[in-house]
Amino acid sequence: MTYEDLMSRAATAFQSGKTKDIDFRRKQLNALLRMYEENKDEMARVLAADLRRPKQESYILEIEFLINDIITTINSLDEWTKPMKPEKGIVNMMDDVLIYPDPLGVVLVMGAWNYPLQLPLVPFGAAIAAGNVAILKPSEISVNCANFIAENIPKYLDNECYHVVCGGVQETTELLKHKFDYIFYTGSGRVGKIVYEAAAKHLTPVTLELGGKSPCYIDNTVDISKATRRVLWGKFINAGQTCIAPDYILCTKEIQDKFVKEAKVVLKEWYGDDIKKSPDFCRIVNQVNFQRLTKLLSSGTIAVGGKTDADERFIEPTIIVDAKSTDAVMQEEIFGPILPIVNINNAFEAIKFITARDKPLALYIFSNNTNDRQTIIENTSSGGVCVNDTIMHLAVDTMPFGGVGPSGMGGYHGKYSFDTFSHKKSCLVKKIDTISEKLSNARYPPYSDKKINYLTFLTKKRKGFSIPYLPQLVLLGVGVAATIFVQRILPECEQ
Amino acid sequence: MEDWNSWDDNGDAPLLTSDIKREFPFDLLSNQTKNLIDFEMDGYENILGQLRATFRSGKTKDLKYRKKQLEALLRLYEENREEIINALAADLRRPRQEAIVFEIDVMTNELLGLINNLDEYAAPIKPDKGVANMFDKVTILKEPFGVVLVIGAWNYPLQLLLVPVAGAIAAGNCVVLKPSEISVHCSRFIAETFPKYLDSDAYQVISGGIEETTSLLKHQFDYIFYTGSNRVGQIVHAAANKYLTPTTLELGGKSPCYIDDTVDLNRAAKRILWGKNSNVGQTCIAPDYIICTKEIEKKFIEESRNVIKEWYGDDVQQSPDYGRIATDGNFKRLVTFMNCGTIALGGKFDASDRFIEPTILTDVSHDDPVMREEIFGPILPIVNIHDIHDAIDFINARDKPLSLYIFTSNNKDRDLIIDSTSAGAVCVNDTVVHFVCNLPFGGVGASGMGAYHGKYNFDTFTHEKGCLEKSMDYVSEKLSDARYPPYTDNKASYLSFMMKKRKFWKIPFFSHILAFAFGAAAAYYLKKYYFN
Repeated sequence: MTYEDLMSRAATAFQSGKTKDIDFRRKQLNALLRMYEENKDEMARVLAADLRRPKQESYILEIEFLINDIITTINSLDEWTKPMKPEKGIVNMMDDVLIYPDPLGVVLVMGAWNYPLQLPLVPFGAAIAAGNVAILKPSEISVNCANFIAENIPKYLDNECYHVVCGGVQETTELLKHKFDYIFYTGSGRVGKIVYEAAAKHLTPVTLELGGKSPCYIDNTVDISKATRRVLWGKFINAGQTCIAPDYILCTKEIQDKFVKEAKVVLKEWYGDDIKKSPDFCRIVNQVNFQRLTKLLSSGTIAVGGKTDADERFIEPTIIVDAKSTDAVMQEEIFGPILPIVNINNAFEAIKFITARDKPLALYIFSNNTNDRQTIIENTSSGGVCVNDTIMHLAVDTMPFGGVGPSGMGGYHGKYSFDTFSHKKSCLVKKIDTISEKLSNARYPPYSDKKINYLTFLTKKRKGFSIPYLPQLVLLGVGVAATIFVQRILPECEQ
Repeated sequence: MEDWNSWDDNGDAPLLTSDIKREFPFDLLSNQTKNLIDFEMDGYENILGQLRATFRSGKTKDLKYRKKQLEALLRLYEENREEIINALAADLRRPRQEAIVFEIDVMTNELLGLINNLDEYAAPIKPDKGVANMFDKVTILKEPFGVVLVIGAWNYPLQLLLVPVAGAIAAGNCVVLKPSEISVHCSRFIAETFPKYLDSDAYQVISGGIEETTSLLKHQFDYIFYTGSNRVGQIVHAAANKYLTPTTLELGGKSPCYIDDTVDLNRAAKRILWGKNSNVGQTCIAPDYIICTKEIEKKFIEESRNVIKEWYGDDVQQSPDYGRIATDGNFKRLVTFMNCGTIALGGKFDASDRFIEPTILTDVSHDDPVMREEIFGPILPIVNIHDIHDAIDFINARDKPLSLYIFTSNNKDRDLIIDSTSAGAVCVNDTVVHFVCNLPFGGVGASGMGAYHGKYNFDTFTHEKGCLEKSMDYVSEKLSDARYPPYTDNKASYLSFMMKKRKFWKIPFFSHILAFAFGAAAAYYLKKYYFN
């Protein structure tokens, strides 16, 4: 099937109105859930094949994550698809004011290779929930996962409404020439720009989930042993190939020493004496990335790790101390198991360091000093913030997850994913009876000052007098009244 | 004329494709990144550097400061009411009532809404937490983007610029305002008056035409808000690519107006003609064309004849309540539409005055020039259809419009159209007024992206920063240390159990029922122990 055929098939499918039906969407989401549940082992297998991903990481970071995401979506579908009824002013007192979540049409979801199932399939599920026809383009780098998706989606989902397109740069370039109603891209800033440029030609709105160097600030008010575990866990899952992995640490010289000492203990406890032998540590996805990462090892001083093996694309968990802001390792997103530590003297220097650079996708702060925490959060900008832990904010699906500035645009997860793929269609339904015509005919010519004053008065915004919890308060009163009433009646009845 | 797909932003220029290509940075579209990288020093870096320094100082993040600036803007509107009316009259011969209702009142009300609700809009959101985050603090912080650019349009030269500017200020950003150079009096008014009322360290007006806008767009902004034509919208979007700047594009399109035989046609005609002829049709959400049956068409024209006479008298050109076309370029473009179909009403025009009479065209074919681009003038073609399904097909075969108007008292038909078409917004049994009722206002597809007004205006200029603050105590570490290697099946099952989404049985109106029960219980006990 050529892309022209695909696009026209997708357009026809959307025009048929099939995907607008809520029951149809629910059925498709249930089918997607069944696909995850029936293929858990297979998913773990393809992830291991692409990234040598340990089973536990596959389960908690992809498989269970996907299942939970779909369950939330299915459970909330009725609520999310219901038209919203916003507050009305006096002018519209007699009218209906509604906001419909309308599907956008044919949308394109492009996934990344580092979490090759979760990153494409979470937005894909949301696109289905919002009633769109969706085309999914998994990353060609994680080839086993791409094949899994391409084989299984057609088995479980409607073949007219949901399509998978595989292929590399050439195919993607060709695909992007077509007009989509929305594009959701996860990946690098460089490709993000290509996607954004292609989208601009058709005025297509986009979500770009990119990356960046997410800083991790540690001060002396936290238990350094726990902090080290939480930082190293976030850094070394998936061998550091995580868009929100802590990229570098900002701390004082003293904390650096303690952190390194602690890290040695932790790594030994986690992976044993020979990390290469541990089944719980991933490999770098391809040679290009492996080569890029080994070059970064020449920055600063290696305090922990540093071993590599090109045959296996293995890079040992590595900590670089005394890294300078001019070192190669500080010029680009690392995206591998290399953790440089940059020394600063206090929170203010940390803020200065962070704000002098591109806005990161995540900002990590390890501190029990609430004041310092607040100062850093308020004076820096980042996609999200996670205090005293890493990665975990991604799992809170009531918060939008996404970047700002060079780390991306648009947030998703939970309801935010649904909203991403919906157009909020405002709808005002006015009466056309005599009263409503009388109320509004001052707007017609011939114009006069009297008409102006009347219209100004009518549309004037007033400060709404609103008592919090008014309905509850009223019902409390009703409860009191009812009881008194009943008690007064009852004795009389007994007599 | 085929290259025309929308109304234009380059005013009096002879509007030929070759001229547009010469004057507009069209090559931006194909090769923009290369072209944009080597911009010359153009004097804007100083202004932008100043704004950036102000933003970094944190001044604009202070809520009191924002409120003070918004109040100053409110004062600007109040103290310069007559100047505003005069500037609009000079640019568009806008009648006083239209100036007040469509610009001053809209801007004032938007500001009042923002000022009254600023604390609420800016307050961090506390979303629901799952079991896994029971002990943690979960907030969504409202963070300003930084230095934002707002580009206005000439058709509502104050409102379309200053309403989003108010949103940007309320959200805590520094703002560059770029008024349209076509509406020259309004542009001058803004450039002169704005700095007198608001802080120039944080807000700067930059005036100028295509050249200035082109070089301005080469600089880095944290957000761009553009109102105008589809074509320039593409240029703005392309320029935004260099720095991956998010944008709102408020564009236009041909907003259809469907009428069936269940409505009072006199009232319908009034509501449609008002929306169409206010500002002489130069309104992005004006009903562009009517779709109805032949019978309704006849009645509609009869009603319209009376309404126009009642409103503007026998000679519309003499009426003080009817505006003029903004530029010669647009006037010429509109006059060519008079050749489409049959003129059923109006049809007079006068180049010396840029006057075009309210005109209704019938027997228009689907591919007449007047049906191929947004009209943006007082010409109203009627396309005949046989039934509602025809209407839906007709709408869906075209670009998604900014607004869709439906005149019907048949609720079933109404819902059928709403459900099976897409548009920026829908207004039933009226035109244009959905603009002023706190709904998100914006297009979809070809009619734009992003929405504003009220809370949506604030949110447009705000980054929602998710923030999870975890505890680091013994319990919380115990709860979460199953995630660490060495991995085991036990650990994996424990984590799955913790993460598992459960469907909570939600009792509707739980808090209300609880309040009632509490009231009843309190009264019962009081009575029992104190009054007996």
